[in-house]
Amino acid sequence: MTGPRTIVDKIWDDHVVAEDAGAPAVLAIDLHLVHEVTSPQAFSGLRERGLTVRHPERTVATADHSIPTHPRSLPILDAMAAAQVEQLTANCRDFGIPLHGLGDPGQGIVHVIGPQLGLTQPGMTIVCGDSHTSTHGAFGALAFGIGTSEVEMVLATQCLLQRRPKTFEVRVDGQLASGVSAKDIILALIARIGVGGGTGHVFEYAGPAIRALTMDQRMTICNMSIEGGARAGLIAPDDTTFEYLAGRSHAPRGEAWDTAVAAWRALPSDEGAAFDRSIEIDASALEPMVTYGTNPGMGIPITSTVPDPEAQADAGQRRALEHALEYMDLRPGQPILGQKVDVVFVGSCTNGRISDLRLAAGALKGRRVAEGVRMLVVPGSDEVKREAESEGLDEVFRAAGAEWREAGCSMCIAMNGDQLAPGQYAVSTSNRNFEGRQGKGGRTFLASPLTAVASAVAGAVADPRRLPGIEDVAAVGGR
Amino acid sequence: MPAPYSTFTSAVIPLPRENVDTDQIVPARYLKVTDKAGLAEALFRDWRFDENGCFVEPLFVLDRPGMSGRAVLLAGDNFGGGSSREHAPWALAAWGIRAIVSTSFADIFRNNALKNGVLPITVEPERHRQLFELVAADPGVELTVDLESQVVHLPGDEDLPFDVDPFAKLMLLRGTDELGYLLDRRPEIDAWEAMHPARVDTRPSSGGS
Repeated sequence: MTGPRTIVDKIWDDHVVAEDAGAPAVLAIDLHLVHEVTSPQAFSGLRERGLTVRHPERTVATADHSIPTHPRSLPILDAMAAAQVEQLTANCRDFGIPLHGLGDPGQGIVHVIGPQLGLTQPGMTIVCGDSHTSTHGAFGALAFGIGTSEVEMVLATQCLLQRRPKTFEVRVDGQLASGVSAKDIILALIARIGVGGGTGHVFEYAGPAIRALTMDQRMTICNMSIEGGARAGLIAPDDTTFEYLAGRSHAPRGEAWDTAVAAWRALPSDEGAAFDRSIEIDASALEPMVTYGTNPGMGIPITSTVPDPEAQADAGQRRALEHALEYMDLRPGQPILGQKVDVVFVGSCTNGRISDLRLAAGALKGRRVAEGVRMLVVPGSDEVKREAESEGLDEVFRAAGAEWREAGCSMCIAMNGDQLAPGQYAVSTSNRNFEGRQGKGGRTFLASPLTAVASAVAGAVADPRRLPGIEDVAAVGGR
Repeated sequence: MPAPYSTFTSAVIPLPRENVDTDQIVPARYLKVTDKAGLAEALFRDWRFDENGCFVEPLFVLDRPGMSGRAVLLAGDNFGGGSSREHAPWALAAWGIRAIVSTSFADIFRNNALKNGVLPITVEPERHRQLFELVAADPGVELTVDLESQVVHLPGDEDLPFDVDPFAKLMLLRGTDELGYLLDRRPEIDAWEAMHPARVDTRPSSGGS
């Protein structure tokens, strides 16, 4: 390919092993992340065919989805979950794959540990049997979720068959107001384009508001690319990226570091590179966002009211909205502020990193979780947990009446017993508000960690900008 | 590995819901399996049964009289969003679904479905609406899905052509899978790797590279 190229083009061109006429490209994969839920059938497939793992040293595994978040000294009570974790351990042992299992200091949500260990690096192709693999795009990597058949292919060949994706530039100008965060940018984007808006594309997030974000915040944005229909979303690497990576255990060192940084600096999209689609968002105009419905595209600024199905021109959308409001038991035109809340969940691969917990603790300090509200704080990894505890954040959460738990996916996917009861409302910092996502019959409002804390304190959906002292919290929390 | 995809004729299961996500197709609590057995039971579980495990009233479309054995699902816009779980097409295939018709499909779901003998058929919004009308007017109407010719035959000799990735089509018609194709590419992969050193080492002792 000649002429100006996007970062996606550059990474793509660097990884094409072969391309037969009429067939998808054979694309080399640099890093393969594995977890207990989407891998067992892939390993069984390898055994049936008598295959080995081609590059166990480019593969890394952890247990995160189905594991309990109660103290690690207690057994896994769910027999099926226990069997899944045991099978992961056996598979990693048999095939020589490094495993950060339960009790290992490197354990955590797969999309939290990759960056934390310095495994996630710019210019890489990264895959995992999990749709939120898009998270790693924050480092300028082409990272996307795959199915279990593809997990098997990558294990066996370290390659995948892929068609070149289209590109979609998301330019975010301006500056976020105090109390408004990265989560609100991505919820606003998805509300605008809809959950299918990015289908067939890779988002590239650009513009001054993106450049101003920390790596943790960039990960929050890239994480939810899939909720806008894009398999991947990425941000060109810059000094913020390199500062984050420097010194991490699997990052290059010494001369290799300098060589790597020089190569990474050549990755950003060239001036004049063409995108298949583009959209602009003004960060200065954003309010905290909250979802009211049953997919992440059903989001509104927090001071708005629940939309009216009657006002929808398209019959399909009207039907979808009616169905969502019935499930959520909300009325058209009602304000979302003040809607009662039973549970508040802070955690997940979207908002379970240390800076998220610092923001949440900063906002919660000296306050109490409202009577009758259950608040769970679940660190994204064991390292995040240790770091939070060394800063005394766990004490802030406990003193406010919140639960401080072990690392895992927890109530984001509700496979492990951390779940809503039918009819309960939750404000959740996770990524999906699908029907039953957080427990059968449970109702989810997606929001930022600050909105989650404000809502926990009020016992109802609340605007974090009205919390006294929020400016100071927002200013220090992001670091 | 699925059997070769052959032409078939079936009545239609209408599911006029937009943005059906993979959490609805297979709720997460059914993802604790370590094989693919028994997933037909998990299909649309929470839309079929209430909190006490009883069939919902009115019955979900799959459980209505005459629906058993139908192999074509006619769904609303943007089918299969959300999670990458291949359990979704495994469950659909286990139920007997061989083709899904919608105006669009989520990328990961489409890829997963094609690997499991479930053909995603994308049609224009106007034709999509007409299909729902056709099925509403004649709930027993039968369609013939002909992948080889990339056509859905409707009653009255009407044909509905559709696009499909030529490589995926070949794989489906042969009943082979992509892993076989990739394994045949090993000499090229070896050559490429010889020129491109690993970017990272995941072993704990490795430190930096």
